[in-house]
Amino acid sequence: MATLHTVNKSPFDKNSLQICLSLAKDGSGILLIEDGVYAATKGTKFSAEVEDAMKNHKVYALESDLSMRGVINKVIDGVEVVDYAGFVDLTAEYSKVQSWL
Amino acid sequence: MSSIKKLMYVNRKAPHGTVYALESLEVVLIGAAFDQDISLAFIDDGVYQIVKGQDPTDTGIKNFAPTYKALGDYDVKKMYVDKESLEERGLTQDDLMDLVWEDEDDDWAEKPSIHLVSRSELGDLLDDSDVLFNF
Amino acid sequence: MKYGIMVSEGPYTHQASDSAYFFTKAALDKGHEVFRVFFYHDGVNNGTRLTTPPQDDRHIVNRWADLAKEHDLDLVLCVAAAQRRGIADADESKRNGKDADNMQEGFRISGLGQLIEAGIQCDRMVVFGD
Repeated sequence: MATLHTVNKSPFDKNSLQICLSLAKDGSGILLIEDGVYAATKGTKFSAEVEDAMKNHKVYALESDLSMRGVINKVIDGVEVVDYAGFVDLTAEYSKVQSWL
Repeated sequence: MSSIKKLMYVNRKAPHGTVYALESLEVVLIGAAFDQDISLAFIDDGVYQIVKGQDPTDTGIKNFAPTYKALGDYDVKKMYVDKESLEERGLTQDDLMDLVWEDEDDDWAEKPSIHLVSRSELGDLLDDSDVLFNF
Repeated sequence: MKYGIMVSEGPYTHQASDSAYFFTKAALDKGHEVFRVFFYHDGVNNGTRLTTPPQDDRHIVNRWADLAKEHDLDLVLCVAAAQRRGIADADESKRNGKDADNMQEGFRISGLGQLIEAGIQCDRMVVFGD
C-alpha cells in the first residue's frame, strides 16, 4: 500500500519538497500543508516540477492553509484541495504518513 | 503474540545547531527496548550526525556522537545513509563513524550497521516501514 | 482507525500544534480513536498553564485541554523534554527540588516509551513538527 507524504515547508525555504519528490514512489500521495501549500500555487519556479510530479502522484493541498495565506485562488490545476476531514481520510486511505518537515 | 512493527527514525537535521539529533537518538535508545524492527535513515544534513571527529569540548554541549556506537549493542543495526546527501556535502563513508554490530549467529562477527543507499532505495525503505518518526 | 499523534513544536512559534489540533479534532469527529497525543521537543511547551495569549488570539493550551476533556484524550508530555524546558507537574517539581510547577490540567508527564507504544499500538502515526 502507498505512502502519504506531507510537506509543511515552503519550497523557497527548505528542500523538503525536493527530497520528497526525489523519492516518493509512483502512486504515493503528496499532501501540502502549512507553508508547504505555496508549492501548490501557479507561476512559481517550482510549479512545473509539481505539475510533473502529478503525472505519477496525487497531489493535494490543505484548504485552510491555502486560505489563510491568500493563495486559494492560485492553485495549480489538478491539485486536489482538501479540508482537515479530507486530510484524515487520506491518512486512512494511504498506508502510512511520512511527514517531511 | 502481537506482530513486530518496522519502525523507521528519519533524521534530516545537523547535530548541535538544533536539539533534534540528540532527542531523536534518545527515542531510538528507548525504542530499542520494545523489540521491534528498527531502522534509522540519515538524509540531508542528518548525515552530519554520524560524521567522525565531533568535538564539542569547551562548549558545554553534550557530545552524544559516541552513543551511536552503542546502538549495535541495543540491536539497532540498520542505519541507512543517503548517498546523494553525502556527495552533496563532499563526504564519503570514510568520513562517517565506524558503526558496527555483532552478529551472534555468525560467531559474534562484527558487521557494518551503515548502509549507503540511493534515493530510490530510500523510497523503498520508507514504503517498507510501518511507522515513520520524523524529527 | 486508531491514531497516534506526535507534536514536536511549541504553541505559536510554529503552526505544528495548530495543525495537530485540527487534525486530531477532525479524526475524532469522524469517529476515529486518537490513542495518544505525544508532545516532544519544544512540543512540551503546549502543556504549561501559564500562557496568556492576546485576547483576540486562540488559546492553544486551553484548546488542547478542552479537547482532551471532551474526548478523554491522553495528552502526554515527554518527561525528558519537559525537564529540559522547565515544564513540570507537582510530582516532578517536588522530585527535582523546584519551587513551582506549571503543568496544565489535562496533560500528564511520562516517558518516551509512551511514544513508542503509540507507534506500535496505532494504525497510523502522524507527526507535526518543524
